[in-house]
Amino acid sequence: MNESFIRFDKVSKAFGTLTVVDGLDLDIGKGEFVSMLGPSGSGKTTILMMLAGFENPTSGTIRVGGRQVDGLPPHRRNMGVVFQNYALFPHMSVAENIGFPLKMRRVSRAETGERVKRALDMVQLGHLAERRPAQLSGGQQQRVALARALVFEPEVVLMDEPLGALDKKLREQMQLDIRELHRRLGLTIVFVTHDQTEALTMSDRIAVFNHGKIEQIGEPAAIYDRPATRFVAEFIGETNFLTGTVTGVGGGHATVDIGNGRSVAVLAGQGLAAGATVGLSVRPERVRIGAGPARSNTVSGTVEDVVYHGDHLQVVLDADGQTLLVKADRAGSPVAIGDRLDVSFAPDECWVVGS
Amino acid sequence: MKALQLSKVVFGAAAVFFLLAPLAAILPLAFTDSVFLNYPMPGYSTRWFSELVSAEVWRRSIVNSLIIGSGTTLLATALGTLGALGLRGRTSSYLFAFVRTAFLIPMVVPAVVLGVGMQLMFARYNLTNTYLGVIIAHTVIAVPFVVINVLAVLQSIDPRLEQAAASLGAAPHTVLARVTLPLALPGIVSGAVFAFATSLDEVVLTLFVAGPNQRTLARQMFSSIRENISPAIAAAAFVFIVGTILIALALNLSRKSLGRRPAA
Repeated sequence: MNESFIRFDKVSKAFGTLTVVDGLDLDIGKGEFVSMLGPSGSGKTTILMMLAGFENPTSGTIRVGGRQVDGLPPHRRNMGVVFQNYALFPHMSVAENIGFPLKMRRVSRAETGERVKRALDMVQLGHLAERRPAQLSGGQQQRVALARALVFEPEVVLMDEPLGALDKKLREQMQLDIRELHRRLGLTIVFVTHDQTEALTMSDRIAVFNHGKIEQIGEPAAIYDRPATRFVAEFIGETNFLTGTVTGVGGGHATVDIGNGRSVAVLAGQGLAAGATVGLSVRPERVRIGAGPARSNTVSGTVEDVVYHGDHLQVVLDADGQTLLVKADRAGSPVAIGDRLDVSFAPDECWVVGS
Repeated sequence: MKALQLSKVVFGAAAVFFLLAPLAAILPLAFTDSVFLNYPMPGYSTRWFSELVSAEVWRRSIVNSLIIGSGTTLLATALGTLGALGLRGRTSSYLFAFVRTAFLIPMVVPAVVLGVGMQLMFARYNLTNTYLGVIIAHTVIAVPFVVINVLAVLQSIDPRLEQAAASLGAAPHTVLARVTLPLALPGIVSGAVFAFATSLDEVVLTLFVAGPNQRTLARQMFSSIRENISPAIAAAAFVFIVGTILIALALNLSRKSLGRRPAA
C-alpha cells in the first residue's frame, strides 16, 4: 500500500445498544482493491455505508484524500456505489441510468451521450442502451450498475456484495471483469463480500471482520497461509484445527502434544514457550496420504468418509478423536471407509493460530 | 374435487350477479320514454338525458360535481402524498401509529358526526355555502384514500434506489423529483382517482356544508328521489356509472403503461 487515501480513525457505529463497528482503524491506498470479508452482521456493510455517507459514525473520523467526510451528504462525496441488487432505476432506460450521474453534474448533452456510449462499450452492452433494466438478465443489470458507478470517474468505487445474486459461472466472469477494470482504470475499490474465494481472487488486501472488528488484514496469500486467529483460519477456506500443549522449543521448531501422547512438530520462532496451550491450523490440501519424510508429522487414523468432489477426494479421518480433513489426489491409491491410514504434513505447513 | 370446482364457479357467479343486478335493473330505465321510474317501459327515448343536460338543476349539479371533484382531487392528492412521504420510513415509531390512525379516522367516523362538526366550524369561518367549504369537507374524507395508496407504493420502493441516486450525485430534492415521485406515480394516480370518486359519491357531508349553489350530482339525485321520482335519476345514474367505469379503465391502462413505459 502506498500512502493512505482513505483513512478510518477509531470509527465506531452503534445502533441503540448494539455496537456494529468497534473502533475501526484502517488505511486504504489510492488505487488499491481492498475486500472486507466477514459473516453477515460483522459490520462490513455498515463500514461501506458510512464511507458512502448513508450512515454516520457514532464516533471517530473518516478521511478521503485528506478531507474529512463525516457529515458530508452522500451526493457530495463523489463515490460510485454498486449495490447487491443493482439498484437500477426501473423507470429509466439503460442509457438514462448511466447518464444519470452525468446529468446530476450538468455535463453537456453531447458529452453525456459520448461518455454513456463509452461506458456501455466498456461493459460490452452497447446494443442494449434503449432497454429497460427489467428486460435485462442479472449479469447484464450488474454490468449496467457497474458502468453507472464508473461513468462519472469517481475517486472511490464501493461495492456491496455486487455478485451475490449471480450464478457461479457468471460470478467468476464478473470477478475477472472487475479486476481487469480495476487494473486498467487504476480505481480505488472497497469491496464487501462474504465469499472468501471472491476476496482471495480479486483483492490486493483482505480485511477479515468479525463482531465489528478487523481480525486480520493483509494480502490474500498471507491471510490464507498465515491466519492470525482460528476465526480467520476457518472462515477463509477449510482447515484442520488442532489444539495442544507446547512441550518443547528448540532447533527452529517446537513440539506440540496434541493429545493421546501424539506430538507434532511446528515452525517455532512464533513466540512459543513450553507449557502454552496453542491452536494449530493445517490446510487439508497440505496433508498427504502416507507417512512423510523424516521430521514431518505423521498421524494415523481410521477413514470415516470419502467424498467425491470431481477434481479431488475429500477424506475424513478420525485420528483418535481428532477429525482430520484431507484433500486427496484422485490418482492416488484408492481409499475406502474403514481403512487404517497414515497421513503426514510438514512442520512449516502447520501454523500456530492461538487457541 | 369436481363438486368443489363447481361450487366455486356457482358461488362466484352468484356474487357477480348480486353486484351487477341492481345496475342492470336501473340502467335500462334511463332510456324509458315514460315519466315514471318503473317497469314495464312503454318505449325507448333519450329524453331524460336531454333533460339532464337542459334542465338547469341537473346541468348545474353536474358542473358542480366536476368543480368540487377536481378541487378535492388536487387538494387531497397533494396533501395525502405529502402525508405519505412524511409517514414513510417511520413505521416503527409510536408517532407513526398515532398519526396514521389520525389520517384514517375520517374513514370510520360517521359522516353525520363529521358533517355536524364541519357545519359548526365552517359557519365560524364563513365557509358554509361556498365551493371552498365543500372542497375542504370532501378533502377530509378523501385524504385517507390517497395516504393509503401512496404509502403502499412508497413502502414497496427499494430504499437503495434512492441511496443509489444520492451516491450518483442527486441532492435530496432531486432524488424526490427524479426517483421517488416517478416510482410512486401509480399510487398517486390511483389515490387521485379514489379521491375524485369519493367526492363524486359524497352526499351526507354535502348536505351539511353545501348551499343551494353547490348542489352536486349525488346531492341532486338524493333530493329528487325524495321530491319526484323521475327517470332523470336513472339517466344521472347511467352517466355516473359509465363515468366511473371509464375512470377505472383509464386507471388500469395508465397503471399498465406506467409499468413498462417505452424508453424516452
